[in-house]
Amino acid sequence: MNLHFWLETFNLWVVLVPLLLGYGVGRWLERRHYRSIREREQALRHVLALSTRYVPEGVVAGSAQLVTGGVVISSDYFKTFVAGFRKFFGGRFRGYETLLERARREALLRLKAQAEAAGSTLVIGVRFQSTTIAGSATPSVEIMAFGTALIGTRPPTPAA
Amino acid sequence: MLVSNLETAPGHRITAHLGIVQGSTVRAKHAGKDILAGLKNIVGGELKAYTDLMQEARAEAVERMTAEARAVGANAVLNVRFVTTSITMGAAEILAYGSAVTVEAEPV
Repeated sequence: MNLHFWLETFNLWVVLVPLLLGYGVGRWLERRHYRSIREREQALRHVLALSTRYVPEGVVAGSAQLVTGGVVISSDYFKTFVAGFRKFFGGRFRGYETLLERARREALLRLKAQAEAAGSTLVIGVRFQSTTIAGSATPSVEIMAFGTALIGTRPPTPAA
Repeated sequence: MLVSNLETAPGHRITAHLGIVQGSTVRAKHAGKDILAGLKNIVGGELKAYTDLMQEARAEAVERMTAEARAVGANAVLNVRFVTTSITMGAAEILAYGSAVTVEAEPV
């Protein structure tokens, strides 16, 4: 066994272990996150978020408050590795699509939770903002949702 | 203090405009949490330490903005915008700005 052999073997594992971890654990984490998102979306269905900038017709608001929801999410090692090939051939990359989608849904959920805690069931002027976090091996992104929670509204939501 | 990203203050009437107010902060997480986040990068998912960092920073930026608004005699900040600039891994500048106004509650 010469030194060269060990170096080669070690290098292989350094790449392979994070890849397998990223694939296995990353997939499991993503599924669990999606399940949690769906459950909380059901639980917060009574809080309505709109992107329109005006108080809906027929609704009278007493006051308003800024609400935000943010999440920093990171890609896993496997997705990043596959993305390297995808960038060469071009086209749609589902791995990153789901990453950003669940981050955005999570941010909106946190915004709604904050609105609910403030006693609001109607948030208007909702905007999304993303920031790439620089310098890491796997890309991470911050997704932030913000809007204005209407407080003391009558009726509570336009649909009500 | 009424803070909103709308151009209007729901349930209120604007009585005076007092100009732009802003608040910003640059934040970084300590190295230990940075290393943990580095490990989390392998399996992906939420980086809680960074989420908290951003939330704290945003709250601070809004706090400084409202302090400036109070200093000019406003009781509301409207049309609030956020700008985030990541400087290096683990450090970010967060800026909040908006229009300081005085409002009074509309009779219902």
